[in-house]
Amino acid sequence: MSNALDVTDATFAAEVLNSDKTILVDFWAAWCGPCRAVGPILDQIGAENADKITIVKLNVDDNPQTAAKYQITSIPMMKVFKGGKVAKSILGAKPKPALESDLAEFLA
Amino acid sequence: MRQTIIIGSGPAGYTAAIYAARAKLEPLLIASSVEAGGDLMTTTDVENYPGFPEGVMGPDLMAKFQEQAERFGTEVVMDDVTSVDLNGQIKKVTLGNGETHEALSVIFATGSAYRRLGLADEDRLSGHGVSWCATCDGFFFREKIIAVVGGGDSAMEEANFLTKFADKVYLIHRSNALRASKTMLERAQDNPKIEFLLNKTVEHIYGDEMVTGVGLVDTVDGTETTLDLSGVFIAIGADPRTHLIHGQLDVTSHGTIAVDGRSSRTNLPGVFAAGDVIDPSYRQAVTAAASGTVAALDAEHYLNSLPKDLVASAIVDVKPVAVPA
Repeated sequence: MSNALDVTDATFAAEVLNSDKTILVDFWAAWCGPCRAVGPILDQIGAENADKITIVKLNVDDNPQTAAKYQITSIPMMKVFKGGKVAKSILGAKPKPALESDLAEFLA
Repeated sequence: MRQTIIIGSGPAGYTAAIYAARAKLEPLLIASSVEAGGDLMTTTDVENYPGFPEGVMGPDLMAKFQEQAERFGTEVVMDDVTSVDLNGQIKKVTLGNGETHEALSVIFATGSAYRRLGLADEDRLSGHGVSWCATCDGFFFREKIIAVVGGGDSAMEEANFLTKFADKVYLIHRSNALRASKTMLERAQDNPKIEFLLNKTVEHIYGDEMVTGVGLVDTVDGTETTLDLSGVFIAIGADPRTHLIHGQLDVTSHGTIAVDGRSSRTNLPGVFAAGDVIDPSYRQAVTAAASGTVAALDAEHYLNSLPKDLVASAIVDVKPVAVPA
């Protein structure tokens, strides 16, 4: 499971929407096996690209408003936010090289 | 160099590892980065695995498999195999991290991958109402109307599981012959939230941003109907995962890796295969586990036939993982 910072319904605007950084939000839940698998991979990508992208996670069980707002119906769902807008959505657990390739435009 | 490398971490892979490790073959098991544990990782209650009269959760069962394999000295690597070179006495296995490992034998236990309906809108709406994982995504369909497509045990299990969340679950199958076991079928038939729609194929999935419905065609009289719903869970079976071995190993007309009779021996010496990747028929956790046993015993037999100094050169010092008492 990811060690990334937890964001919540209450903190989403401040931590994600109003941030001047590129933020990847990992929408996850404890009962989702693939979420547990992809969490550590996202941690690695975040650690290796700390100057380019910030990885945070949002527990959909505890934060239904944000999950509903972004119409999450499958997890893990990873959404990259830039300037308060969704710049990219990535669905499903993937190996690290595949995620890096999906995120290439933000890691360059 | 290793005596044996096992590719896959479902019941077949881990059982092969348990037997291989106990035979002092010091296996290296490549588990996958995101699908480690295999299909049972997205299964809830497993009620038909012997030894668990109360049932066991799929992920818990796979954690036990892994622990048992590691206890006897299996080294487990959470990475994906990107290519293999199986010709010659020394096999090469390359991983996603770029490392190449050599071994005298390789066991393929790569399982199978979920089948798709093959509709254009299926990919587009994937993650927007189209799902392959009820345990991951059922939560998002509270008080909604949804459908499960398929007629096997997986489809019945998903339909039953999804009634915990959804108000109504249509079970759509292309014929009126359902492959599911009697127990699973009766449980679905007795569930007041499940409605069976048989002899129907899904021809369309509708929706701009999110799924809004499906278009069905009756396979008997050709009538077309539209159902309004917000989720489609696809459980129409799986295809053997053989992309690594195309052009190197023989495959059957079913697409499974071809093996010699009841053994796990492929057409190449030192290369074995087990579990769903060789099995077009049964595809159970317990048959996969048994198949993994066969592969480990076949690999051990093969290694015994090789020159002793060659095998000695493949012995590494793998320390068993200490299991807390």
